[in-house]
Amino acid sequence: MTATTSSRAAVPLPAPGSATPMLELSHLTKRFTTKLDFAERLAKRLGAKVQEFDVRAVDDVSLAIAPGEVVGLVGESGCGKTTLGRMVAGIIPPSSGELIYRGRPMAALPHDEARQATLKIQMVFQDPMASLNPRLRVSEIIGEAPRVHGIVSRNEQADYVASIMRKVGLDPAYAARFPHQFSGGQRQRIGIARALAVQPDFLVCDESVAALDVSIQAQIINLFMELRRDLGLTYLFISHDLGVVEHIADRTVIMYLGRVVEVAPSAELFTKPNHPYSRALLDEAPRVDTRKRTFAPIRGEIPSPLDPPAGCAFHPRCPLALPRCRSERPSLREIAPGRLSACHLNDMQ
Amino acid sequence: MTRQEAVLEVEDLRTYFFTRGGVAKAVDGVSFTLHRGEILGLVGESGSGKSVTGMSVLGLVDPPGRIVGGAVRYHGEDLVTAAEKRLRQLRGSRIAMIFQDPMMTLNPVLSVETQMVETVLAHDRVSRSEARERSREALARVGIPSPDERLAAYPHQFSGGMRQRVAIAIALLHRPDVIIADEPTTALDVTIQAQILFEMQKLCRETGTALVWITHDLAVVSGLADRIAVMYAGRIVEIGSAVEVIDGARHPYTHGLLGSVPSRNRRGEPLAQIPGMTPSLLNLPEGCAFRPRCPRATDACFALPPLSDEAHGWRCFNPQGAVA
Amino acid sequence: MTAVNPATAAPSRVQTPLKRFVVEFLDSRVAVLGLVVLVLIVSSALFAPWIAPQDPYDLSKLDIMNGMLSPGSADMDGNLFWLGSDEQGRDLLSAILYGLRTSLLVGFSSTTVALAIGLMVGMIAAYAGGSLDAAIMRLVDIQLSFPAILIALILLAVLGKGVDKVIIALTAIQWAYYARTVRSAALVERRKEYVEAAQCLALPRQRIVLRHLLPNCLPPLIVVATVQVAHAITLEATLSFLGVGVPVTEPSLGMLIASGFDYMLSGEFWVSLFPGLALLVTIVSINLVGDQMRDVLNPRLQH
Repeated sequence: MTATTSSRAAVPLPAPGSATPMLELSHLTKRFTTKLDFAERLAKRLGAKVQEFDVRAVDDVSLAIAPGEVVGLVGESGCGKTTLGRMVAGIIPPSSGELIYRGRPMAALPHDEARQATLKIQMVFQDPMASLNPRLRVSEIIGEAPRVHGIVSRNEQADYVASIMRKVGLDPAYAARFPHQFSGGQRQRIGIARALAVQPDFLVCDESVAALDVSIQAQIINLFMELRRDLGLTYLFISHDLGVVEHIADRTVIMYLGRVVEVAPSAELFTKPNHPYSRALLDEAPRVDTRKRTFAPIRGEIPSPLDPPAGCAFHPRCPLALPRCRSERPSLREIAPGRLSACHLNDMQ
Repeated sequence: MTRQEAVLEVEDLRTYFFTRGGVAKAVDGVSFTLHRGEILGLVGESGSGKSVTGMSVLGLVDPPGRIVGGAVRYHGEDLVTAAEKRLRQLRGSRIAMIFQDPMMTLNPVLSVETQMVETVLAHDRVSRSEARERSREALARVGIPSPDERLAAYPHQFSGGMRQRVAIAIALLHRPDVIIADEPTTALDVTIQAQILFEMQKLCRETGTALVWITHDLAVVSGLADRIAVMYAGRIVEIGSAVEVIDGARHPYTHGLLGSVPSRNRRGEPLAQIPGMTPSLLNLPEGCAFRPRCPRATDACFALPPLSDEAHGWRCFNPQGAVA
Repeated sequence: MTAVNPATAAPSRVQTPLKRFVVEFLDSRVAVLGLVVLVLIVSSALFAPWIAPQDPYDLSKLDIMNGMLSPGSADMDGNLFWLGSDEQGRDLLSAILYGLRTSLLVGFSSTTVALAIGLMVGMIAAYAGGSLDAAIMRLVDIQLSFPAILIALILLAVLGKGVDKVIIALTAIQWAYYARTVRSAALVERRKEYVEAAQCLALPRQRIVLRHLLPNCLPPLIVVATVQVAHAITLEATLSFLGVGVPVTEPSLGMLIASGFDYMLSGEFWVSLFPGLALLVTIVSINLVGDQMRDVLNPRLQH
């Protein structure tokens, strides 16, 4: 894993140095807006409380991910981590900004190459049941895309599916079964096999172990790490579980209300978090090794993305907030080599 | 506060589900004692019977499930054989339940005030204004800001965390002796979960309410609970004080669970994992249900091991040495 | 109850969704009874030319002298009229069997055609979204806000009599139900992760719609369709009863009921009663089957 170690150090943000990042997110933004339809406009004129809404689910996120790197993405609900993952996986298009795959903007690629690039970035989903089509057999769930894209011929499909199934620890004898006949952990393996079948080099894992039992979670995490070692995969590992991210990620990104608040190598972030929000998250995440203790939570609710606070989005809950935090949004700045944080407090030192 | 006073004693509780595929022994001989002000963490994976245990205590098991044996004693009174009327009287007043989904408790079309006042009046003869005052207090106690305004609101106007607080406030209205909380923070964010854990902890300390906290997450109860019971396939496989169970796990399953927690492993190294998967309750292995997945299993394990002790006990013939 | 989740069991044998459906369907005795009765009714209607004592459409076989025979009586030649006869001397049992043919034909074919149209329109609406979706759904709303029978009456007034005309009219008033059901099912399924996964795998859009989305939208539709068959049969009976449905020469159940209606109070009840009972039993058995299908296919009740 030495290659990873060096690349980890070499890829802060924006990526300097020689190595081209595997994937670069450049000012990615996703807005969800609704226009009022005729009836709603009428209702509004009559005094009803209907509003057009405009949410920046993801707001100007830039990040460069080096080949072979595992980047953890952490945040609470409404922070935009899932939307960001969907954009990276090509399921929803960004409202602005671009995705740059191996130095080439995805949007500008000719059709065929764009499809190839899309296949190179695959996703493993959260819900092991909902992410598998209940009416298809495992052989088809895994084998459909490679056959459609000409990676294997119809004759080779069965052998190919069997080899992929073995790779993720499934018995190929079960290829003719349907998803509901498997346990949660096995279904997640099927989901991973489906992604691997199109020979990706980048996996977006969106809460991929969150729905699994604790004892099964460890098996799937180990599988991800094995695949990384064997296939040289790069990961964007999205999770709310800090322990999992700390264990698996080389670098960790923390998001709050659509924006990145801190980026740092995991080893540093989990020992010396810089942003007050990162600190709060780390303090309050339950850990097995804490003994009976008094919980001392930070106050307040996560604000609605419909109506984010002005200035720093975290200021209403921040124990260290300055007057400035209420009006001026802190930018994400480098605070040490390879470390970024968006907090005004860093200006005071 | 006398810690020795037993509020709830569960003894050899058995709840079976009679399904088309056969009899599922969801709870099969569970025993534990809950003292005043004590927090018991009931930990297990899906299908371990932890939720069914909670439901059985309250007599809320629906067909095809049925309590087929054992006793649940509340201050010495057996609830398994008690009349439905008596159970209804106890439920919601002396013994309260909090669910993972607060909307199990809340009615979406009634204001919080209406629901809370009704709950008070259902068990106590007090005036409406007094009931309202108690509701306000309960909301304040679980850390809901400006409770007067919030009383008039409807459940959908609250965030997930706030809704769970309201559900907890309703559970608290009659100052129950026992609260059974089934994964109440699983759907919540880390910072919100910490707030709720904080309120619950404070509450048990201040009012002497005993709490059974059902969860799949060892990490949550290790910081919250006084005692921890680990369930596997319908049985408690290990029970003891939180420190004993977490630091000195003896049952190989508890040991395996703890070992698979990422923070107990070196960063980037493969996690210690329990092989195999949870067995189906319809088709449990003979003897110790963990045997097929257990690294320490021997032929002796084809018989069911007894729980070794009341204070810190385990169901295993070949227990692990204490974890370093 | 989460405690008994068959999915945590080790996969034992290959079990197709269809097999599972059949096993669960057979769980209810009432539904099985409904199914058996329905199969009996459908097959006796299908084989009516071979099992009916008489061909009620062949006017030359009818003898006006046999008019209004009471159930169980025989004519001069000793032919037994199990259920009696109507004013034209038609054997009522034969008339009911042939009437069932017409009723079931109208019910099933109008439902099938309406299903196909509704499926296509609903899918397009769900997938296209935007103003096309809005336009389609407003059309559906308008159609559903009119009483079905009124639309059918108007259409038949324009089109004239005939089995084919009735089928057209019933199709026209039914498609909207399917369009709405398919659209809502498709909107739910579209958001599921397996559809996102298919997008992520860069599968062609057509393939996603036909192979992934469509099969998963069918269950609620099948349920609606079963109930709608019953509904269509009732509507046809109503239309025929009102005299705008099938022609007199090919009486359906509704028309038989109508023709006996005048005699109801003069003691000759059988002409209306037996076709009415046949209609009732048919509708009830279809609904029993439909109810059980709804229970089995309801995604909320599935594990």
